[in-house]
Amino acid sequence: MTGPFPFSAIVGQDEMKRALMIAAVDPHVGGVLVFGDRGTGKSTTVRALAALLPKIRVVEGCPYGCDPARLAGLCPRCETPAKPAKKAEAASAKPKSRLVPAPVIDLPLGATEDRVVGALDLERALTRGEKAFEPGLLARANRGFLYIDEVNLLEDHLVDLLLDVAASGENLVEREGLSIRHPARFVLIGSGNPEEGELRPQLLDRFGLSVEVTTPRDLETRVEVVRRRDRFERDPAAFHEGWDKEEAKIRRRIERARKALEAVEVPEAAYARASELCMALNTDGLRGELTLIRAARAAAALDGRKQVDDAGLRGVAPMALRHRLRRDPLDESGSGVRVERGLEEVFGA
Amino acid sequence: MMDGLRPPEPPSGPPSGPPSGPPPQEEPAGPDEAALQRWADANFAACLLAVDPAGCGGVILRAGPGPARDVWMRRLAALLPADAPLRRMPLGIGDDRLLGGLDLAATLKAGRPIALRGVLAEAHGGVLVAAMAERMSGETAARLAGALDRGHIRPERTGVAETAPTRLGLVLLDEGIEAEEAAPAALFDRLAFPIELASFRGPLALDGLPDAEDVADARALLPRVEIPEEAADGLVRAALALGVASLRAPILALRAARAAAALDGREAATMEDCALAARLVLAPRATQLPAEPEPNEPDDEQEPPEDQQDEQEPDEQPEPPPDPDGPTPEEILVEAAKAALPRDLLERLKAGVAPRGPSTAGRKGEGQRSLTRGRPIGARPGAPRPGQRLDVVDTLRAAAPWQPLRRRERSEAAAGAESAPTRVEVRRDDFRIKRFKRARETCTVFVVDASGSSAFNRLAEAKGAVELLLAECYSRRDQVALITFAGRTVDLALPPTRSLARAKKLLAGLPGGGGTPLASAIDAAAEAADGLARRGRTPAVVLMTDGRANIARDGEAAPPRAMEEAAEAARQFAARGHAAILVDISPRARETAAELAQAMRAHYLPLPRADARTLTTAVRGVTGR
Repeated sequence: MTGPFPFSAIVGQDEMKRALMIAAVDPHVGGVLVFGDRGTGKSTTVRALAALLPKIRVVEGCPYGCDPARLAGLCPRCETPAKPAKKAEAASAKPKSRLVPAPVIDLPLGATEDRVVGALDLERALTRGEKAFEPGLLARANRGFLYIDEVNLLEDHLVDLLLDVAASGENLVEREGLSIRHPARFVLIGSGNPEEGELRPQLLDRFGLSVEVTTPRDLETRVEVVRRRDRFERDPAAFHEGWDKEEAKIRRRIERARKALEAVEVPEAAYARASELCMALNTDGLRGELTLIRAARAAAALDGRKQVDDAGLRGVAPMALRHRLRRDPLDESGSGVRVERGLEEVFGA
Repeated sequence: MMDGLRPPEPPSGPPSGPPSGPPPQEEPAGPDEAALQRWADANFAACLLAVDPAGCGGVILRAGPGPARDVWMRRLAALLPADAPLRRMPLGIGDDRLLGGLDLAATLKAGRPIALRGVLAEAHGGVLVAAMAERMSGETAARLAGALDRGHIRPERTGVAETAPTRLGLVLLDEGIEAEEAAPAALFDRLAFPIELASFRGPLALDGLPDAEDVADARALLPRVEIPEEAADGLVRAALALGVASLRAPILALRAARAAAALDGREAATMEDCALAARLVLAPRATQLPAEPEPNEPDDEQEPPEDQQDEQEPDEQPEPPPDPDGPTPEEILVEAAKAALPRDLLERLKAGVAPRGPSTAGRKGEGQRSLTRGRPIGARPGAPRPGQRLDVVDTLRAAAPWQPLRRRERSEAAAGAESAPTRVEVRRDDFRIKRFKRARETCTVFVVDASGSSAFNRLAEAKGAVELLLAECYSRRDQVALITFAGRTVDLALPPTRSLARAKKLLAGLPGGGGTPLASAIDAAAEAADGLARRGRTPAVVLMTDGRANIARDGEAAPPRAMEEAAEAARQFAARGHAAILVDISPRARETAAELAQAMRAHYLPLPRADARTLTTAVRGVTGR
């Protein structure tokens, strides 16, 4: 089996790609929601991202993929050897820590709660009468990405559960006499089609960035999309080879940006601008400002800029704010248009 | 030259024999010819599906049960290779069966967890048939779509942690009658061949169709089939010209063209193959027709302005089709698709009326959901009473840790008596009951007066109020429907849906003006409410009007009679006992609307006082939440 469609070969959809790269540079931005038309490559793009994420260093044998650099004491360090569910463990048995690909975990519709939060290990309980914890998806997604396709169709009880974990960064399991707490910090990525239904406001709020994708209307783009897809399907290996260089370029760019992130300066003026903008748009709470600044900083790092400026804020404002506007029933224009209007108000046309 | 424009006769080419089967397609010569052609197309689509089930995605077969459908299904079954599974899934299939789950019987017997594969995994390499697809829930559709997209599933369900391949074709049996009853849009987008056979009454025999052996040969040949770039690009262009928004359509068309070439034993697909694909894949999705091409017009006329496309394309620039004289591939393909359009649709498209919104790709977003079961939201301890369902997995899980202890207890208590050490011992404390989200969903039917009198008054505010209510409905996960009336018409603008986005869009575009056919509107509301109740939902009607009827039921502008009829409609509505609210949107509250509300036995709310909260409380009041 070859890998998924390469990220760099995706035609257009720049805002979606940019938002995902920003989230890859700074996980604290808080996730990305991709909403839009059918057949626009939403899930293809998200899955392609996995290949571009810098590897992470994990403690050998830790089912939660703890970072050896800072063991904050969150992980209970299960004494039971993990199941072969993790690719990481299948590989070599080196000393204490090693580099593994950052996890990108799919949370499929129809998943059961026990597989998501983790539960009593049924096999061991049944066969040996042992009480052991079997980590779930949330444990596997720690320090990586958790992806939910058709997020607006996710069962309510799973949404409830995610809301809590996404906010606290840890998964607290209290079931079947087990009492486990483990870190579960992940970047939440959701995609969906608005025609299938809306997202609960609380869940919407958990996403740092939100992008809207539409079907490309111009012919040449469409031709190119179909051509590349067709070539990929005909000969995935050759296709990958053709895009290897581009992929490596983006991968390096993300890595460099991660290193540069700390050094990107946010002048007072930028904070003031962000507040001004959020006030003009009447967004709820402070998360808008925070996300806006963080996203602008990550964007600056990606572009090799040393400072967050007006242009940088402007560039990320739509994706950071469009899902945070209060519903105004008398304003028929879309939220994107309203953000634009706010931008013009604050920054001038 | 004209021959080049004509789509190939589907049963003709493959495998080699002389053209046979239904008569060649002449100029639309009566409905019989067209129907026969559709039947031939349908059968050829079955052949293409058998060649490349996973590539083509599948077929939506819109037809009631009957001989045509049976023959079609039998043909498909006969064409599939012997080792390719053909599985059926019922409507309302549970996740345990669809995706897989714990095999309880085997687990209990073995004393260790044993997984049971779902039908998706079972159908890998073959075809999965879904009955009554027009009633399939959005949730089921999304699961199927995910399996089709990825070619495998990893269910993450109790007892099933393995990835299972799901490269398969889907056959959706769509028995819908009304336009609103249709297979889920998410699947319409992913399945290559939508086939309409609802009214087919013709002879079922067809000659010259490929047989299983041809299909087997084609399967072997398929990976080597190439399509000339010009023809492939033509399909993309034709899709755009026909107003097919989704990019999956041209991709599916490409795969169909390849399968057609393979069936014909060729390693290169031709324009004929592409024309067939255009007819089978693109035509059913058409939402517009391109402007009639002027003869011998330079072909760049047809292309939309090429503005912002260059930057992100490191590859070679696609050049326009190099066809100075004859028709471009795009034209040929559009013609092929046009020839397959039913006459009435063709007329409508010519008149510039898109059959349905382009964003829904021809189908409504949310089909009716399975409402009888509700969605499970977890389990709680307790012994099941009648009408409740035992959550076996959770029960088993609760019982699991105690097994060694219980076994010991038992063997001590009944030393000598025979015991079954591998059996799982379940006790009363272990029982877990499934909790479902309320099985009965509420659907709020908004009936909005868009007539002149209302428009001048407070249509904007009414829209605002409706939107607030929509948000409220949304947070309760209710469904909403929208009926608008003005002039002589009453429209079901939005069938029951949970999509706030669609409702909002519709409301925004709602023009005001014309007379007030109030009686007909109340009739329509009553009918809609009845329909919802029949389908197990709790309807609530919110009528927004100023109560001043001036169009009678027969469409005549006769104010006094219109008022009488409205009152009569209101009384009839009351007799049905549906919950209702009348929001008076006249500038000052008047007797008329209040009286009407009384006759309807509706809660009366004058808009000046009906701020968001009052409205919400009122709606909640009538829906009993």
